[in-house]
Amino acid sequence: MNDPVVAKRPAGSGDTGAERGVAAAPTASEAPIPPTPEAPVTTKAPHVRPGDRIFRGLATGSGVFIVVLIGAIGLFLILQAIPSLGLDNVNFLTSREWNTTDPTNLRFGILDLTLVTVVVALVALLIAMPIALGIALFLTQYAPRRLARPFAYVIDLLAAVPSIVFGLWGLFVLGPVLFPFSEWLIANLGWIPIFAKGNVNVQLGGTIFTAGIVVAVMILPIITAVSREVFERTPTMHVEGAIALGATKWEVVRTTVLPFGKAGYVSASMLGLGRALGETIAVAIILSTATSSFGWSLFDGGSTFASKIALAAPEFNDARSAGAYIAAGLVLFVLTFVVNAIARSIVAGHKEYE
Amino acid sequence: MSTNLADPQRLATPPTFQSVSVNRRIKNGIATALVWGAFLVAIIPLVWVLYTVVQRGFPVILDGDWWQKSMSGLLARQQGGGAYHAIYGTLVQGLVCAVISVPIGIMIAIYLVEYGGRSRLSKATTFMVDILTGVPSIVAALFVYTVWITTFGLGRSALAVSLALVLLMVPVIVRTTEEMLKIVPDELREASYALGIPKWKTIVKIVIPTALSGILTGIMLALARVMGETAPVLVLAAYAPFINYNLFDGPMASLPLMMVNERNNPTAAGFDRIWGAAITLVVLITLFNLLATVISRALAPKTK
Repeated sequence: MNDPVVAKRPAGSGDTGAERGVAAAPTASEAPIPPTPEAPVTTKAPHVRPGDRIFRGLATGSGVFIVVLIGAIGLFLILQAIPSLGLDNVNFLTSREWNTTDPTNLRFGILDLTLVTVVVALVALLIAMPIALGIALFLTQYAPRRLARPFAYVIDLLAAVPSIVFGLWGLFVLGPVLFPFSEWLIANLGWIPIFAKGNVNVQLGGTIFTAGIVVAVMILPIITAVSREVFERTPTMHVEGAIALGATKWEVVRTTVLPFGKAGYVSASMLGLGRALGETIAVAIILSTATSSFGWSLFDGGSTFASKIALAAPEFNDARSAGAYIAAGLVLFVLTFVVNAIARSIVAGHKEYE
Repeated sequence: MSTNLADPQRLATPPTFQSVSVNRRIKNGIATALVWGAFLVAIIPLVWVLYTVVQRGFPVILDGDWWQKSMSGLLARQQGGGAYHAIYGTLVQGLVCAVISVPIGIMIAIYLVEYGGRSRLSKATTFMVDILTGVPSIVAALFVYTVWITTFGLGRSALAVSLALVLLMVPVIVRTTEEMLKIVPDELREASYALGIPKWKTIVKIVIPTALSGILTGIMLALARVMGETAPVLVLAAYAPFINYNLFDGPMASLPLMMVNERNNPTAAGFDRIWGAAITLVVLITLFNLLATVISRALAPKTK
């Protein structure tokens, strides 16, 4: 902003480049007032070059664009969902039915989708959270200094594998491997509702259990990366203080790193939860569709919001039926928005992470 | 970080403290084992997935036809054919997406770092970028569907896919570019202003070239990420077993779509194609990741 000052200064005009040198020449004759050139320049409205104005406008416009974009996502989804919601013959929030084949008699409710989505995400989170905590501690505290970066790179590689490949692996490779274990759980712990025999064929492996494990693998890198970043910022003074008091490595971690990074770790897990809720194609490939509704067992099949939409998407042809799926998409959008917003606000509340 | 436990033991005088109690040492040992274990557990699925993909897909892509032919005219159970049409689709959709996302993403990052300051809009933008990072790909696809297909009445096409991918790519580019612009030293900017260079020229000629290696790395990584996205192609493009060069109209294949499509094919040929497409996708993504590393090495600012 203060560059015009330089342009008016005759003394250094040789340094200001060819085009400015020419412009400065006429002013040189009437410029024996160099001692305080700043005063007149700043009181006068600063001259902004057109290039600056355009560029600033473009940059600010892009910033506005992204804010508008998020608004537009919500708005368009709402606008397209409303007509179908009006035509819905069952309660949208509490019905377990989902039948949109006849556009004149739409019957769709999201209760089943919500339960399956949340249960898959929670299973994934339960598995991923402790492991991600371990990896983040390993990479920041335990791994040999020289190997910490390559190790971190290996974990990030997990994020580079496309989700469809994870899905295929989960269905064709992991599912069959898990089958004996699942069978054993059902046979011996089946009296606990979550291990009860589900509504799909366990032998095919298309259960919430398999999907949860695969999604857990997929959200590991994000939880690890964010937690690691926070753990790395543990004040050295705290760590050294703990060491000086004779703490073992674990005690150092427990008394300094964990209390400092707790909020960051919770936030990271929320981000992971957001990912897990929205995970689409891997879940769509793995989960077997079930004819009966979700019965609280890990060995149930069913559909999550995302997988339901993805599997039906190629056949969107009637606006009314499509509207039902868009309504489900809207719920998913709101759900992930809330989870992500909470995650970000946790970190924003901690100035020491900056 | 000086968490080295060996240091205190190197005192000149022997330590007057008693040795660490067995109980504490056991706890420490368990914690260490658990932490190492967590890392090893995470390696298992990575190695396992990559092994599966290579073992099942590698024989398929060794065939020269795989890279030069499409699936045009082949029956589901017939062996042969290739993924040329799908590779074309994946690359073109990714590149078109990059052409749109890169300017937007970089301008947003420039706004945040150079112009925004602590203004309300800047905070809102940062927040929205964070939210956009977390938007599930299926929601991005549905949004483009509602705008492109139901509101404007346009057909399913590769361009619609690219637009959905833009939503997923922009936040990644903004994040990496922002980080890179932030670490450009202010002295460089001030030196440029002192020479009377306008702010926009300072950004274009001084700040961006300094951060270029990091920005390009971010773009490559973002591109690698969006190329593997399946949900948008599933919603916004129909599968074509033949090559379609037209971005604006008609069905176009892509590697993820080919995998989804061949999953309905229970024959051995379909099985081969699934894993062939999977390894091709992984190879493409790896190439882009490697390219990112090479670019960042080659363009990194020279420091003495």
